[in-house]
Parts: sequence; C-alpha cells; structure tokens
Amino acid sequence: MNPAKRAVALPPSVAANPRLGDWLRVLPSGVVEIRPGKVELGQGVLTALSQVAAEELDISVARVRTVPPATGVSPDEGYTAGSLSIQHSGGAIRLVCAEARGRYLAVAAATLGVPESKLTVADGQILAPDGRSTSYWELADDALLDRAAGGEWQPKASAAYRVVGTSVPRLDLPDKLTGRPRFAHDLSPEGLCYGRVVRPPSRGATLTGLDTTMALALPGVLTVVRDGGFLGVVAEREEVALRAADRLRADATWERRPTLPDSGDLPAFLRSAPAETIVLAERGTRPTGEQIATSVEATYHRPYLAHASMGPSSATALFRGREDGRLMVWSHTQGIYMLRAELARALGLAEDVVTVAHTEGPGCYGHNGADDVALDAALLAMAVPGRPVQVVWSRADELTWAPFGAAAVARVAADVDAAGKVLCWHHEIWGNGHSTRPGSTRSVALLANAHRAGGEEIEAAAEPPMARGGGAGRNSVPDYDFPAYRVVNHRLLDMPLRTSALRSLGAFLNVFAAESFMDELALAAGRDPVEYRLACLSDPRARAVVESAARRSGWDSWSAADSVGHGIGFARYKNTSAYCAVVAEVEAISEIRVRRLTIAVDAGLVINPDGAANQVEGGAIQATSWALKEQVRFDRYRVTSDTWQAYPILRFSEVPAVDVELLPGNGNPALGVGETAQGPTVAAIANALNDALGVRVRALPFTEENIVAAMPE
Amino acid sequence: MNNDGLIASSVSVLVNGQRREVRTEQDTALLYVLRNHLGLKGTRFGCGTGLCGACMVLIGGRATHSCDTPLWAVLDKEITTVEGLGAADRPHPVTEALIEGQAAQCGYCMSGVTIAAVELLRRNDDPSDAEVRAALDGNLCRCGAHNRIVRAVLAAAAELRAGRGDAA
Repeated sequence: MNPAKRAVALPPSVAANPRLGDWLRVLPSGVVEIRPGKVELGQGVLTALSQVAAEELDISVARVRTVPPATGVSPDEGYTAGSLSIQHSGGAIRLVCAEARGRYLAVAAATLGVPESKLTVADGQILAPDGRSTSYWELADDALLDRAAGGEWQPKASAAYRVVGTSVPRLDLPDKLTGRPRFAHDLSPEGLCYGRVVRPPSRGATLTGLDTTMALALPGVLTVVRDGGFLGVVAEREEVALRAADRLRADATWERRPTLPDSGDLPAFLRSAPAETIVLAERGTRPTGEQIATSVEATYHRPYLAHASMGPSSATALFRGREDGRLMVWSHTQGIYMLRAELARALGLAEDVVTVAHTEGPGCYGHNGADDVALDAALLAMAVPGRPVQVVWSRADELTWAPFGAAAVARVAADVDAAGKVLCWHHEIWGNGHSTRPGSTRSVALLANAHRAGGEEIEAAAEPPMARGGGAGRNSVPDYDFPAYRVVNHRLLDMPLRTSALRSLGAFLNVFAAESFMDELALAAGRDPVEYRLACLSDPRARAVVESAARRSGWDSWSAADSVGHGIGFARYKNTSAYCAVVAEVEAISEIRVRRLTIAVDAGLVINPDGAANQVEGGAIQATSWALKEQVRFDRYRVTSDTWQAYPILRFSEVPAVDVELLPGNGNPALGVGETAQGPTVAAIANALNDALGVRVRALPFTEENIVAAMPE
Repeated sequence: MNNDGLIASSVSVLVNGQRREVRTEQDTALLYVLRNHLGLKGTRFGCGTGLCGACMVLIGGRATHSCDTPLWAVLDKEITTVEGLGAADRPHPVTEALIEGQAAQCGYCMSGVTIAAVELLRRNDDPSDAEVRAALDGNLCRCGAHNRIVRAVLAAAAELRAGRGDAA
C-alpha cells in the first residue's frame, strides 16, 4: 500500500527545519540514520522515535540508527521537556520518513518501470509484482533528500501500524546494564584532564581572600581559575582535582550574609513576598444568594524539591585556543541550541564557534545542573587551551546548587449548593516561577556566571502562557464541569532559591490541592469521592480513567480497616495532555506506607506500551517519594540538605506495588506520559491518608511532623 | 599524620581476574582507579560517601562502595566490577534478567544495583521479594524502576537455581 499524495500540514519541528536530509539519511550499508533533535533523558525516547521511523519506512527497528544531537548538524527542536517529545519529534520523524519513503519509491518505480502504487516495501527491499526488486540501500543517494519537506506523502494510518504500538526493548539498555561507557561522565577523549569547582559556602557570599599556593603545589595540578567568586581547579587526574578543590576550599575566605527566608514558616514568606498578580483563567461569574449553601476554602503547601538525580551533573569542554577560537562542549542538557546560545552569551563568543554535543546523562526530571556544569567546564577549559576538561559536580553541590522545584502555596475555595455541587471554584497560587532555563531569562541563566566578576544574579522566572501548559499555573484550571471558576497566580519577584522546571511543574501542587479539596467537598456532602468526581466530569476519556482505576483497585468492594485507607486522584496533565487517575492504598500503622498504586492512563496512541508503563510507574514512584519524604532544608545562609541522609528519597523496601493500565488509544493522537502521574499520585496518597487517619494533611511532605501539625487541637 | 598515602607510587591491583599496575596515591578512592586508570567506566560516581550504591563493586565477594574505599585497603583483594560479571556473549544471569525485564530507566544506578543483586544471590539463591528489597535498600534509584528490578532479580534467582539443577 502506498501513501496517498496530498499535502499534510508540517509539524512545527519540520516547519522550522524543513530539509529532509537534516532528519535522516539512507546508507548503502543497510542502515537509516535519523537525527531527532530531542534527547534521551533515560525515558526511552530514542527507542520510540526509532519505532516511528521503522514504521514509516517499512524497515526493522534494528536498521535505524539515531545520531546523538549536536548543534550545527541536528535540527533545532528546542527543549526535550514538557512530555512533548512524542508529539513534536515523533510527528516530525513520522512525516519526514513517510516522505523519504515516497521519494525512494518514486526512483524505484522509474528504475523498475513499474508504477509506484504497485511497489511494496519489506525491510527496505522494494518489490515489484513480477518479483524484481531493488532496495533503499541500492538506491541510497543523499541528493534525494536534499530538499525541503513538502508534506505530499501522507504518513500511515494508525490502523496499519505493525511496529508502533509494540513494546520494542530499549535500544540503549544493553549498554547501560553491562557497564559500557555511555554517559557524559564516561567520556575520555585524548588528553582529558579533570576540573572541580569550589562553590561559595552560602548564597550571596563574597570571596574576600584566597591563597592558591598549597593547591597549586599539589603534583598534577594544572591551574587554578578565579573569576570574582567563581573558583575552580584543573588537574591531570581526578583524584588530584578533588584534593586540590578541598585545599582551595580551606584556603578561601568568604564574607557571608543571610539571604534566605525563614524556613520555619515558608508559607508565610511565600504569601507575603512581593509578587506580580495575574488572573490565569476565568469562566462564568460567582453566583450570589440562596443558591450557595456554603462556601469553603483550604490552603495547601509544597516545599522546594530537589531533582536528586543519581548522577551529579557533568560536562566536558575543549577550547581550541584564542587563535582558533572554537569551543566544544559535551553535555547532557535538555536543549543543545539554547545552551549554545547561553554559553556564547556568557563567554562573549560568537555562537558559531561553539558546538554543544549531547551525551546521555543520568535520569533527567527537568532543568537540573546540566546546563550550569557546562559553563563550569567551559570556564575551566578556557584556562587550559587544547586540553579537554571534565567537570563532575559533588553530591552536595548537586543537592544544593542545582535549580529546585518551586515551593508554593495554593488556596482553593468553592461555593457549593445543598447537594455539595460546586457552583464556583477559586484557585490561587503563591510562589516562584518554574522556568529559569537558558533562553528564558534576561540575565545569563547559568550558575557560574552569577558568581563571576560582574555577574548578575539569575532572575526570577516568568510564567509561561497557559496555552503552553503554564508553569506555576499548570493544572490549576479545573478539569471538572464547574459553571464558574477563577484562577489567580502571585508570581514572586524575588527568588531566594533558584527555581526551575521539575517534572510536572506547578501541577504537582495544584493537583494535590484541587484533588484533596474535591475529597473534602465529597466527604462534607457525604458522597463517595469517585461518584462525586464522576458527577461533574463529562469528558468521556476523563471518566474512563477514573472508572478504570476505581474498578481495578476494587474501590467498591473496599472494606474499611483501622489505619488503612484508600484515596483517588485525577488530572488531565496540562488540561490538554494525557489523562491519569490513581488510586492509592496507604497504611498508617507505625509509619506511613504507600502499599499500592493503581493507575489508569489514556495517552492516546502509545508508541511503546512497555516504555510508557515504565515512565508512568517511575513517575508515580518518584511522586510517592516527594509526597512522603522530600523537602529541601535551609537556614538563613545556605541549603543544608546536602547529603542523601539530609535529603532522603524512597528506598526499595518503601516502594509501593504499582499497577499501570494504559487505556486503548481509540485513534486519538499520541500524548506524552512522562509527567502525567505526578499530581494524581500525591493527591491519591493525601486522600488515602485522610481515609486511614481521619487527618487532612495539607502540607507536603507527609512526615510525622506535618501529620501531627495537621491533627485537630 | 602519615603522608605516604598522598605520594604517588606504582601499585598493582587484581581487577576482574587480571593484575593491573596503576600509579597514584594510595589514599585515592578505588572508584577513580577503576574508572580513569583502568578505563572501567561501568562503576559510577553517585555521592562519594557510600550512601547511594552507584559505585558498588565486589571486593573479596562483598558488595562494597568503591567511592570511599581507599586503594591501600584493597591491594591484596580480588575486585570484580560490573564489566567482570559476565562475558560479552554471555552476560551474567542477573544482567540478562534485567535486560529481559527492561528493568531500568536512566540506568545510572544499575551497575551498583547489579553488583548488590549478584552478592545477594550468592548468599541466598531463593530470596523472597522482601529479601531482595532489603538487600537493595542501600542502592538508591531515582527513576522509579524498583519494582521491575526486584522482579528481574527474582527471575535471575529462579534461572540460577534451574541452571544448578541442570548441572546436577
């Protein structure tokens, strides 16, 4: 079957990078190289995109080779973020591969003297009805794809898929499970030397004295770099760099000053700090008079959260020298082009002399230290021209200096009628923004630049528009059929601790708040929380995930027991992406334990079901860890949660059983799944905790301290 | 204070069955010897303080943090890294089971997890789910692949027991 020739709309990534040859190449050796601009973050996207390419080209996945993205050779697809890779890059790869197939078939038709419509393709072999054949590999010719995509070849209909929708094993896992070098940290180019940065002892500290004699005297130390309060060392061996950094730290004097708010009452700070107030969304008007039986409100809080990836951020940089001027950076950034622009800006270089090549990194859950460490490596590399310099952050720096997920307060209020039905909903948020990514801020958004002489503090982030999913406001707009609502955001203008994108952004708090409040309303009205939600949820896909999670968890046959409870949480991520409902079973006997999570997700077309289930389960387990344990701690000077003891995360023995059901796609387009479970999971746990203990805990995390504080006097 | 540990010298270590010469200070953490001097990049740096398990290797058969184990402490010991667990054409049963079960996301913690699991199965070839979790409690995973990992380790245990049965 041949795709019909009629123009289809170009996906945004293709419109921005139209040349087919920039996306893929057919090699005579029987391989198709694809060059997605999205990067592997440990989420399995390369495998999924390889499946999409294999599907459209009618080749086996084994023939697809993905080229690691690098500036100058890969299409600019912006950031790999927001659960959009399958939508953006998947849509692009689908279209360009369909078009490449069409162009090769046109040549094959001419060669074989057979109409295109009579040709079939089997793993790259192009077959005529009379048995004659050629192949992509025989016809391989870069000139065929040296043209702009026109959208004249319709990609396959999803009903025809054979590779997409199957659980192809992850292409990168054999390397990662046998210890083969694959991470940025494992790069070892010829002449590699090792850098370490000595960060200030506290936020806003000024370097007032430094004796470099002892550090420089260590055998193997190449140089010490000081630029204002940016301090680093380069050595021939990593162990020497570590010792030299310790020496420098001991031989530096800093003037410290308090810059951080009182962590003892963070909500009070968040609600009183200077802020810009905007109405994010509004519908209808607040009813008046006797319709309203009661008006209620509740306030919820989340602390700052750390990314806490298992591998600290790392980058390797090579500066070719003043004359040559070129700078090469290997990085596990989420956005190679944005990082390149920011590095050029920070270093006063032209963008075209900087190359950023993506190298896979440890699990990435948002804007972590990857971009920051790239500038660290570049600054140190510029001090030793011709030598590649690798920098790896310490665990303490990773937990204290990388951007954090923003602490925030959400107040939810509702006017309800006598049956408990919501007439008007009000959702109000206080907190810092959720993006200080390179490219989004006026000042240079890289940590070291703020410490250099003349460097500016990284400024507080702006709120992205709700049409793009919002930031602090993500999922603050109700998914329910409320006749009226109003959503207000107070974006703090100062940023005592740098905040940026962490998996699901504001949705984690907003869904926790809204879905906790829905339970509070249901219970106040004496109604079952599942029934109560369904009564105001008309979107059939939303209803399906709620009903499915309830059914699989045995919601209706639940028998109440002492200190054990169940609860539900639901959200459609960003109000426009995947639907997710979670039922949590929690025991609160000697400690709080999440026993089980039953999850239903509708993400439309799923490219790789096992990969999607893995992402949803992983997200839910991470959200469980956030909910039960996590909280960045700080005093007036510095972040104090700088070890795994001070910033504990969920361990194997504490992880709940997780059951993920992916609902049928029913022909709906693919939606990302990486973040969909975060909000519903914490809400389900909160509601189950209330069911178990009869205590409504509105402050995260659900530690003994916060639970006791929530108990009635 | 004895400064000998801070003067570089040549010493030999026994890694994955091979005796290898390295030149560094004897206070150097084994992790850097493995990764940089011997090019065995499979052992990962996670925290440097023995709290996360990413750097685990077998030392004399025991799963040990290489990030805070100094070189001088292992000179007479047999060290096995993740690269030494199986052959390229015949991965260790634990590795095979992890691949089969797609039991990872980013994979950064997995070398240490694999080492801890191998040590467990040498002690106990029929662990319960709870015993696997207890054995892996010192290995942190941030991506949330825990349950897949536990299932894979249980599958590997079953495989190992069956293999032993075949041999007998």
